Amino acid sequence: MSAIVILLIASISVSAIFLAAFIWSVRSGQYDDDFSPPQRILFDNQTNTPLSDNNSKQKAEL
Amino acid sequence: MRTAVTGKQTACYHCGENCQEGKITSDGKYFCCEGCKMVYQLLNQNGLCEYYDLNGQPGASQRITVRKDKFSFLEVEDIQRQLISFKDDKQTNITFYLPQIHCSSCLYLLENLHKLHAGVISGVVNFTRKEVAIVFDHNKISLRKVAELLTSIGYEPYISLNNLGLKKTPLDRQMIYRLGIAGFCFANIMLTSFPEYLGLEGAERSLQGIFRTLNFILALPVFFYSAFPFFSSGWKALKHKHLNIDAPIALAILITYSRSVYEVLSGTGGGYFDSMSGIVFFMLVGRVFQDKTYQQLSFERDFTSYFPVAVSVLKDDKEIPTALPDIKVGDTLVIHNEELIPADGILTRGKGFIDYSFVTGESVPVTKEMGEIVYAGGKQTGSVMEILVVKEVAQSYLAKLWSDNDLKKREEKNGSFVQLLSRWFTFIVFGIATIAAVYWSVFDSSKVWNAITAVLIVACPCALLLSNTFTNGVILRILGRNKFYLRNAQVIEEMAKIDHIVFDKTGTLAAAHDQEIAYFGKPLSNRQLLQIATLAANSNHPLSKALVNHIGRKGKMPVNNFIEITGMGIEGQVGDHFIKLGAYTYVTGKADQPEGTAVYVCYDQALQGCFQFSNQFRESVPELVKSLKPKYGLSVLSGDNEGGKTKLERLLGYDSVILFNQRPEDKLHYIQSLQIHGKKVMMVGDGLNDAGALIQSNVGIAVTEDCNNFTPASDAIIDAGQLSRIPVFIRLCKVNKRIVLVSFILSIAYNIIGISFSVQGDLSPLIAAILMPASSLSILLVTFGSGNIAARLLKC
Repeated sequence: MSAIVILLIASISVSAIFLAAFIWSVRSGQYDDDFSPPQRILFDNQTNTPLSDNNSKQKAEL
Repeated sequence: MRTAVTGKQTACYHCGENCQEGKITSDGKYFCCEGCKMVYQLLNQNGLCEYYDLNGQPGASQRITVRKDKFSFLEVEDIQRQLISFKDDKQTNITFYLPQIHCSSCLYLLENLHKLHAGVISGVVNFTRKEVAIVFDHNKISLRKVAELLTSIGYEPYISLNNLGLKKTPLDRQMIYRLGIAGFCFANIMLTSFPEYLGLEGAERSLQGIFRTLNFILALPVFFYSAFPFFSSGWKALKHKHLNIDAPIALAILITYSRSVYEVLSGTGGGYFDSMSGIVFFMLVGRVFQDKTYQQLSFERDFTSYFPVAVSVLKDDKEIPTALPDIKVGDTLVIHNEELIPADGILTRGKGFIDYSFVTGESVPVTKEMGEIVYAGGKQTGSVMEILVVKEVAQSYLAKLWSDNDLKKREEKNGSFVQLLSRWFTFIVFGIATIAAVYWSVFDSSKVWNAITAVLIVACPCALLLSNTFTNGVILRILGRNKFYLRNAQVIEEMAKIDHIVFDKTGTLAAAHDQEIAYFGKPLSNRQLLQIATLAANSNHPLSKALVNHIGRKGKMPVNNFIEITGMGIEGQVGDHFIKLGAYTYVTGKADQPEGTAVYVCYDQALQGCFQFSNQFRESVPELVKSLKPKYGLSVLSGDNEGGKTKLERLLGYDSVILFNQRPEDKLHYIQSLQIHGKKVMMVGDGLNDAGALIQSNVGIAVTEDCNNFTPASDAIIDAGQLSRIPVFIRLCKVNKRIVLVSFILSIAYNIIGISFSVQGDLSPLIAAILMPASSLSILLVTFGSGNIAARLLKC
C-alpha cells in the first residue's frame, strides 16, 4: 500500500516539474515567436547573443 | 504600363525589382536605384553580406527616398518618453514596428545592428509581430539616429499616432497557462481515476480516500482557473439575456463539478473530475488554436494608427517637430512629399497635389491652390506645402468619418445556425432530464438527482461545441494560409449565406496606383512624343509625371515660355514647336468637358488627340467576375468619376449596377437598401471611404496589398492577390456548415449511448471516462480530416 502512495507522490511531482518547466518557458517568451529562434541558431559568429540575461531583465522591468 | 528600356533586364541584387543591366553597379552586381546600392555598400563594408546569402534579393526597394528630417521628432523629449519602454543612465530600450520584416535575412541583419554602429547594444526580432526590440547606449547614439540607421538599411520604422502614450499591451499568455494547467490536471486525474474504474477490493479500500482527495485537489485549478473564460463569457451573455455558446458549457462544467464534489465529500462515489477536466482541456485547445492564427492581425484599427506621430510646425521660420495631439488651431504645418495631412486646414503656401484615394476613392490626386481648404487624410505628393490649421486633429473630417462609423455599433448578428442547434439541444436535454426525474420520483426517489445530473453531464453540448470550434478553427486556418483572414468564426457562417456582392473600384478591382494610359487621336510621331514628354517633365502634376513615365524617356531640348495653370494644364515652346497639354477646356477653349480623366494635346495650334487615363483592373478581375456572375448579384460602387465606365460595363455586363461619384454615406445607404430587400450583402473595399459600408454589410472584406498595412475595420482582410479566389473561399465556408452537421450527428450518437445509461440512474465513472474523450477525439479527427480534404478538393 505504501509503495503505491510513494509512486503516486513521485509521479505527480515529476509531472509537476514538467508543468513548472512549461510555465517557465511560456513566461520567458518562448512561445511568442516560433520563427526566429530556429533561424537564429543557423547564423554564424554571433558575438553578443541577443537572448542573454539583459533581455529577460528588460522583460521583467516592463 | 512601363515602357521597355533598352539594355538587358535583370533583377536588382538588393530588392529584386526589374532594372537595367550595367546602369547602376557595384562589385559587379546590378541595382535598380542608388538607394539599393547604398544599402549594399553599407552592408558590404561591415561584413554583413550574409544578408544576401540567406535569401535572394531580400531587401525592400529604395526608390522612394525618405526625407532627411523625417525622424527629427524623435529628438523631442516628450515624444521620446512615450515611445521608449525603458531607460537608465547607460541604455535605452525601444521597440520599433518594421513592416518590412519578412524573411530570415531581415532577422539576421536586424540582430547584427551592433556591427553597423557601436552604440547599438543588441537587437531582438519578434518575427510574428514584425517588431525589433533595440537596446542602445544613448550616450553614443541618439534615438533619432537609431531610427535613421534602420531607415538607411531599408527598414524604416513605422511610428504612428497609435504608438503615442499607449503602453504596449503585453502578449496575452493567460490562455496558454490555462491550457497547460488543465492538461496537467487532466492527465493526472485520469491516472488516479484508474483504481476507481477498475474497482478496489478489501485491503485497498483505504487507498480510495487518498485517490479521491487527490482528484479533488487536482480539479480545483481546472475549475477555478482554467475554466474561467467559459464562466465569464457565459455569464456576460446571460446578463444580456441571450444564450451564447459558452453558457451551456459553463453550466455543464458547473454541474459536473458540483456533483463530483458532493460525491467525494459524502463518500458516495468518485465523481467525474476526469470528464470535467477533459472537457475544459479540449475546449481550451480549440481556443488557443484559433487565437494563434490571428496574433498579428488587427481588425479594429482606428485612424490613430493611420496618422503620423508628429508633424512639422512652422514657428518663427523654423520647422519644429510637434506631437500630433499638441497641434492647435492657428498653427502652420509644413507637409512634405508623401506625408499625410493630419488636420483640416487652409493651404497657405505651395501647391497641393493631394492623393485622397484612401479617403474618397478618387484615383487621381486633387490639385489645391493657395487659400483652398484641404481635408485631413489626404497624402501630399510632390512639393512642400504649408497649411494653416482650422480644426484640431480629433475634429477633422477624417476623424469624424471614423467616429460616425463607430457609433453605428455592430449589432450582434444573431440567429446563427450553431446557436440555433445548441438551443434545441439544450431544450431536448432538459426535457429528457425532466422526464427521467419524473420517472424516478415515482419509482425510486433516491435516484432522482443521480439521473438528472448524469443526463446533464453526459449530454453536455461540449461535443457540439467542440465540433463547431474545431471545424471553424480548421477552416480559419486554411483560409489564413491563403491570405484571407476572418475576424472570427461567425464570419464563416455569414459568408456561406451571401447572395449579393458589392465591390469598390479604386484599390479593390483596380490597383490604386496603376494607371493605364491610352492615346486616342491623330497618330503622334516618335519625335512629337519626345517633345511632349520633355514639356510634361517640367510639371510636378501627377498626370504629367504619369505621362512622362508612360512615354518612358524625355529629350534634352530646352523648354521656353513654360506656363503652368493649376487645374488646367501646361504649355510651352519645345524646340520650334508650341505644345499645349491639359484639360479639354484649356487646350481647345471650348466649355464642354468630356467625362473621364484625360490629357489633351495641342501641337502647333492643332488638336491632336488625348491621353486617356483609366484605372488598370487587376488581372484577376475578369476571372473573378466570370465565376461570381452566375450565382451572385454584383454591384460596383466607385468614389471616382465615370472615366472607366464603359470598361467596367463590358467587364460586369450591363445588368449589374455600377455607380460612380459615391460618397461614403452613399455607399452605406446602397448596402442598406439592398439589405432591406432581403439581400445578404458582402462588401469588398479597401479605403476609409468604404468603412461605413464595410460595417453595414453582412460581411465586410478589406482588401490590402500588404496584410500588415492599415485597413479599415472589417470582418475579414484579404490579400489583393487572392481576390480572384473569393468564390472558392465562399464554397469552403459552405462546406464548413456540412462538416459541423456531420460531426454533430456523430456526437448525438454518443449522447444517445450516454443518456441511455444515465436515465437509468447508473452512469459509472468508467463509462463517462470512456465516452467523453472518445467522442471528443473522434470529432476532432472528423473535423480535421474533412476540413483538409475539402480544402484539397477546392485547391486551397
